[in-house]
Amino acid sequence: MALIDLANPTRFLGFAGKLLPWLAAATLFAFAVGVAQVLSAPDDYQQGATVKIMFIHVPAASLSLVIWGLMSAAALGTLVWRHPLADVAAKSAAPIGAGVTLLCLLTGALWGRPMWGAYWVWDARLTSELVLFLMYLGVIALWHTVEDPARAARAAAVLALVGLINLPIIKFSVDWWNTLHQPASILRLGGPAIHESILVPLAAMAVAFILLFVTLHLAAMRNEILRRRVRTLRMLQAQGA
Amino acid sequence: MNLGPHAAFIVASYGCAVLIVGALVAWVMLDYRAQRRMLGDLEARGVTRRSAEREEKA
Repeated sequence: MALIDLANPTRFLGFAGKLLPWLAAATLFAFAVGVAQVLSAPDDYQQGATVKIMFIHVPAASLSLVIWGLMSAAALGTLVWRHPLADVAAKSAAPIGAGVTLLCLLTGALWGRPMWGAYWVWDARLTSELVLFLMYLGVIALWHTVEDPARAARAAAVLALVGLINLPIIKFSVDWWNTLHQPASILRLGGPAIHESILVPLAAMAVAFILLFVTLHLAAMRNEILRRRVRTLRMLQAQGA
Repeated sequence: MNLGPHAAFIVASYGCAVLIVGALVAWVMLDYRAQRRMLGDLEARGVTRRSAEREEKA
């Protein structure tokens, strides 16, 4: 099957139905490996065992940016190419993005309290990540407020593209401003600044989180296609009545 | 395993992860069931899409 065939929602449903059980199994396996790695990871020489919070905080934070980036790419698909699955992809990704961003904020607060002495500070990294969470809520609210899916898709697409400007602000906030949050220690010039014994469990958990997102996103897209079919059938029923 | 003096913060973090991931998994599973049920009800009442009728004939 060519990739372009998946633009047809019926073919996409068949493809998703076949792939989802395998993806779910791969996600479970990846989390089993990741948790085993986390349990055997050593404590940090400065932070002690609280470094274990990093194994969920960092993948959740990275995913919160990646998902908004994906929504922005889908927004282009909606506005420029009017791809039939673009707004389905964007709408289905938003609640997952909100979930991982909330997880990033909560674990950050729980990590900050013992390390910084505060659950929250209004520094650039934390504030820009909070803005991202509010933007996810805004996109979800837009989808629920506008009744016509085509109009809602265009409005949400514009918001996704406008919100794209926040991604470099989040990423480089620790370089541009004086923040309590530490600077980049993985994606930086000169390579990762984390020891291998911590980096390997972090990579394992990152893979698990990526697989979790792909699985949930595919399942949510399938649900959205079914929801639109239900809407179409209800309209047909109302016209026939 | 000794989680040190800040064990409560570590356990709470992993608890948040389980709750949020669990909520997302429950959301997609329950939503799927609800959409299948509504689609089944409508089709049982004879409401079908024209494209679905064409697919059946083919």
